Amino acid sequence: MALIEIRNLHASVEGKDILKGVDLVIEPGKVHALMGPNGTGKSTLSNIIAGRDGYTITEGDILLNGQSLLEMEPQDRALAGIFLSFQYPVEIPGVATSTFLKAAINARRKAAGDGEIDAMEFLKLVKAKAKELGVRDDMLKRPVNVGFSGGEKKRAEVLQMALLNPRFAILDETDSGLDIDALKVVADGVNALRSPDRSFLVITHYQRLLSYIVPDVVHVFAGGRIVRTGGPELAQELEAKGYADYTGAAA
Amino acid sequence: MAATDSTAQTVKELERYKYGFETNIETELAPKGLNEDIIRFISAKKEEPEWLLEWRLKAYRQWLTMTEPTWANVHYPTIDFQDAHYYAAPRQKVAPKSLEEVDPELLRTYEKLGIPLREQEALAGVAVDAVFDSVSVATTYKKRLEEMGVIFCAISEAVKKYPDLVRRYLGSVVPPGDNFYACLNSAVFTDGSFVYVPKGLRCPMELSTYFRINEKNTGQFERTLIVCDDGAYVSYLEGCTAPQRDENQLHAAVVELVALDDAEIKYSTVQNWYPGDAKGKGGIYNFVTKRAACRGRNSKVMWTQVETGSAVTWKYPSCILQGENSVGEFYSVAITNNRQQADTGTKMIHIGKNTRSKIISKGISAGYSDQTYRGLVRIQPGADGARNFTQCDSLLIGDQCGAHTVPYIETKNPTARTEHEATASRISEDQLFYCLQRGLNPEDAVGLIVNGFCKEVLQTLPMEFAVEAQKLVAISLEGSVG
Repeated sequence: MALIEIRNLHASVEGKDILKGVDLVIEPGKVHALMGPNGTGKSTLSNIIAGRDGYTITEGDILLNGQSLLEMEPQDRALAGIFLSFQYPVEIPGVATSTFLKAAINARRKAAGDGEIDAMEFLKLVKAKAKELGVRDDMLKRPVNVGFSGGEKKRAEVLQMALLNPRFAILDETDSGLDIDALKVVADGVNALRSPDRSFLVITHYQRLLSYIVPDVVHVFAGGRIVRTGGPELAQELEAKGYADYTGAAA
Repeated sequence: MAATDSTAQTVKELERYKYGFETNIETELAPKGLNEDIIRFISAKKEEPEWLLEWRLKAYRQWLTMTEPTWANVHYPTIDFQDAHYYAAPRQKVAPKSLEEVDPELLRTYEKLGIPLREQEALAGVAVDAVFDSVSVATTYKKRLEEMGVIFCAISEAVKKYPDLVRRYLGSVVPPGDNFYACLNSAVFTDGSFVYVPKGLRCPMELSTYFRINEKNTGQFERTLIVCDDGAYVSYLEGCTAPQRDENQLHAAVVELVALDDAEIKYSTVQNWYPGDAKGKGGIYNFVTKRAACRGRNSKVMWTQVETGSAVTWKYPSCILQGENSVGEFYSVAITNNRQQADTGTKMIHIGKNTRSKIISKGISAGYSDQTYRGLVRIQPGADGARNFTQCDSLLIGDQCGAHTVPYIETKNPTARTEHEATASRISEDQLFYCLQRGLNPEDAVGLIVNGFCKEVLQTLPMEFAVEAQKLVAISLEGSVG
């Protein structure tokens, strides 16, 4: 069975139609890339999957393991295994990154009927993962995303993903604002998380990221829906030719 | 050991009182109303010396000439001061007999705070605390403190045992005629705490009302006096994080702190009196006067308050910085939800040279509540080199609440420096969604964000309080997001 299935999804914001019939099926273990011009609804799609308020679903459905997500609250979707790596990770002043990570881990344990994670166990776990991703210990003590550089923010997102073990992760423009070194670190982190039962949707504007995170399937998104699907070579083609062929579809 | 644990442990060792309380309770109630006879009655009941009776009567006569202050940004029905009992001993007869009779809402809160069962009973005023009263923690601690020379007892006891000390300092920081409620308190106060730390001693344990549970139900007019002699240090904790059941609607307490040369007093409060229901029915009026005199050179007083309870709060813990190089600090978190109102802040009066003060105020308003920060920084002509830093941050949750900041700065010395920073913000949709996407439920998310907002203040609390205070912050805001 598909891990994620999006069927004919239509959605609007304040009366304006943004998604106009999105169909997407992602099998377990697969990495799909969603590419396309800016302002065509890619981020809207990721927000809607994660359950953000403010969108009206006018038609269609989103299924995780065959179960509709549409009636579920954002936190319940997260607990069911949906993870969104934010394009612009949000600052939470005064809350240490480690405190935030612990709260997120404990939310999962609570949902599973387990007690809170032991403080020592938590520290060991976080430090090990942080080291793998090149996240310095002092970053864990700093408030969530406050004063983080672009690279630090994205690494922190991948660290969260690594600790929360999602079934389905959406990387929304994870490459934006990253230099080549940071990009490699982040890509390595994501690649390490690839597994037969976890799937990814990598949203990006450029082919660059896909040299490091090699997708199984590439989609071109324009005008509020997927207009073309192919293999990794499609990303190369887009890099060479740009999106000019597709901007017409957006109009 | 956390105060809660030590109390619970002691209680375990106590035998449960088999026959309930009805058989031997003494209920003595003064007739309703306030007049000189009632004051004489209170004073006689407490076997007070003549000077204290005179002191009370003088305060009462002055109170009669005063009117209630109306400048605060709070609204409540007029209080009928004749429609109350000013003396009740030892406690009200309507105490619930077991936890089953206690409001389940209250019990849920205790559970969330992790308050041990026996302590829950005490907080909820369950009658078994007649037994709980004979808590030996109090006596063990008291003995150790006595050996070191620290006096820590009920103020009524201090009046008898240490009359000279009490007489020298009582009313020396908050004179009886200071304000309407302080004056009323001076006339009718029934009990409270007295602390004296002798020269050069750093009191090694936090003094807390937890250690004197037997004397906790001191009623609505509590009087506290803390004196730290030269070079002494004490940290005092007041209140507790769990909401306390209380029949008194009006609380008009007075707290006086005196710090002599090189002395330091740290006074932490967690105030969580009953705030009234979601519609604003019931709840405590908390009209409190708290003031510290930094009399000595290099003396320091630090107020930390976490105010989450009461229907109406009117409270300005202040410092009179008289001694050269003396320091006053005020750290405050005030949370109002539903229909609560709070007008709170501080006064820093710089008199001595090179005096310094710091004010960090974090106000969180939710629901239909209204909150005002009101602060005064006054630099007197002689306060050369005085410095103040003030930071007032307000956080609003929802669109029906209010937050106001009213800072007064009066500088009469050109060498003084004052700084004031203020911000007002909301919990953003982005922050909330980010937390939810990580699996937190909305209430935990708000609790986390608000705790981050108040962190600077919460971290000034003693350890055992800080953890409970963090939970309390989250609990106080329950129901504030959809």
